[in-house]
Amino acid sequence: MAALRSTSSRLLAAAASPRSTILPSVFVRSMASVGNATVEANPKSSTDSRMKSFQIYRWNPDTPSEKPRMQTYTLDLNKTGPMVLDALVRIKNELDPTLTFRRSCREGICGSCAMNINGTNTLACLCRIPTDTSAEMKIYPLPHTYVVKDLVPDLTHFYKQYKSIKPYLQRDTPAPDGKEYRQSKAERRRLDGLYECILCACCSTSCPSYWWNAEEYLGPAILLQSYRWLADSRDERKAERKAALDNSMSLYRCHTILNCTRTCPKGLNPGLAIAEIKKEMSF
Amino acid sequence: MNAQRLGLRALRQAAVKKPNALFFENLPRLALTTNAAALQTRSASTQKISENDAQSLLAAQRRQRPVSPHLTAYDYSQTWFGASIWTRITGQALSVSLYSFSLAYLVAPLTGWHIESATLASAAASLSPVLLTGFKTIVAWPFFFHFANGFRHLTWDLTYGFKKATIQQTSYVVLGASIIGTLGAVFLL
Repeated sequence: MAALRSTSSRLLAAAASPRSTILPSVFVRSMASVGNATVEANPKSSTDSRMKSFQIYRWNPDTPSEKPRMQTYTLDLNKTGPMVLDALVRIKNELDPTLTFRRSCREGICGSCAMNINGTNTLACLCRIPTDTSAEMKIYPLPHTYVVKDLVPDLTHFYKQYKSIKPYLQRDTPAPDGKEYRQSKAERRRLDGLYECILCACCSTSCPSYWWNAEEYLGPAILLQSYRWLADSRDERKAERKAALDNSMSLYRCHTILNCTRTCPKGLNPGLAIAEIKKEMSF
Repeated sequence: MNAQRLGLRALRQAAVKKPNALFFENLPRLALTTNAAALQTRSASTQKISENDAQSLLAAQRRQRPVSPHLTAYDYSQTWFGASIWTRITGQALSVSLYSFSLAYLVAPLTGWHIESATLASAAASLSPVLLTGFKTIVAWPFFFHFANGFRHLTWDLTYGFKKATIQQTSYVVLGASIIGTLGAVFLL
C-alpha cells in the first residue's frame, strides 16, 4: 500500500526530473525498496539532505571468534520513513543485506522488532528517529540476552518461563448456562492493561534484576502475564498460581527498580502488576 | 515481492509515457531496472541432519553466543544513577558502618579503644570545620536518601505511585528531600 500511496509523488517527480526522457522514474523513490543504493546513500544534492548516522551492533555466528562490533550506517532522513524500523529496513535493502533483525507487523502489535534504541528498550516500529541529525543513534539487541545474530536475541528461556506460568484459563466447574464463562463489567475491567501485553520482552530485558537472575526470576513480562491470570475472575487455580510464585526467586527478585514500566512500548505497567501480586500474596 | 515491484514500476512508467501502452512495449525498460542491486541472489542451501546432530549444533552455537551489552548500553539514568541502585549502596554502607561500629563498641573494653560518645564528641570538636562538614555529609546523605526512598518503596508496596510521570517526579522529590535533610543535619545539628 505504501508503494501505491506514493504514486502521485513519483509521477510528479518523474515529470520534473531532467532525466525523465531517458529513464523516467527509475531513480526516483520515496520509501525503502531494493536498488540504487549508491544514489540514495550518497545523495549529490547535499543542500536539502539530512544525513543521520546509525551505529548498529553486529555479530556474526559464522565467525564467532570475531568480537561484536558497532557498525555505522548513514542515511538521508528525507528519504527514510519516520520510524527506526524504516531506517533498518532501508539499511538492509540498500546498504547492507547482511544486517539481521526481526520484524513483522511494523505497527507495534507483534513485538518482533524489540531492541535497545538509544539506551532504552522499545519496538523499532514505534520509535521515531530523532530529527536531530548531529546525534548518532545507537541500536543494540535487547540487553543481557544471548545474541543469535546482530540484533536478534535468543528468547528461548523467556518463552519457557512464559509456558511455566500456565498462561491459559484453568477451570473445573462448567459454565452455569452451559455456554460461556460470564464476567461482570468490573471483572472484565481488571484485565485492562494486562491483556494488551505482546510479550516483546522489552521490560524483562530492561530489568537489572532479570539480567542477573534470569534463570530463576520470572521477570516483569512473565509476572504481568501471571497477574493477568490471577486477576481473571473465571480462573479457578488462583491458589496454585500463587503457591508457584511463593519462593524467594520467582517473584521477590523484583526490587521495584521500575525500568519495566518506564520502557514498555505499549504503555503498560508491569511494575504495578508485580506490586499487585505482592499485595495479594501478603494479605 | 521484488518481481512484483519491478512489474509495477514498469507499468507505472508506461502509464506516464503513454496511457495506453502495452506491457511488452516496456520490456527493455524493465530489463533496465533489473540492475545488480535489485537482483539479490541468495546462495543459502539447506541440508538434512538428524535431530541429535541439530541439537548438538545448536548447543555448539549457543556456547559461542555473546551476551548483548547491558550496563554499558542501557540508559545510565536508569542504571548507574537510578534511585534503586543508590538505595542499595547507601543501605549497605549504613548497615556495614552500623554493624562495624557496634561490634567495635562491644569489644572496646577488651581492646582498650575509646569510642564512647564523650571521646567522639571531643574528637569531632578538634577537627577543622571543613573536615567536620565533609564527614557529616558523608554520613548524613546516605541516611536521608535511604530514608526518603524507603517511603517511596512503602507507597509502592501499597500499589500507589506507579504512573510513569509519578515515578519520575517522586525520584526528584526523594533526591531533593535527601539534600534538604543532609543540609539540615550538617548545619543545624
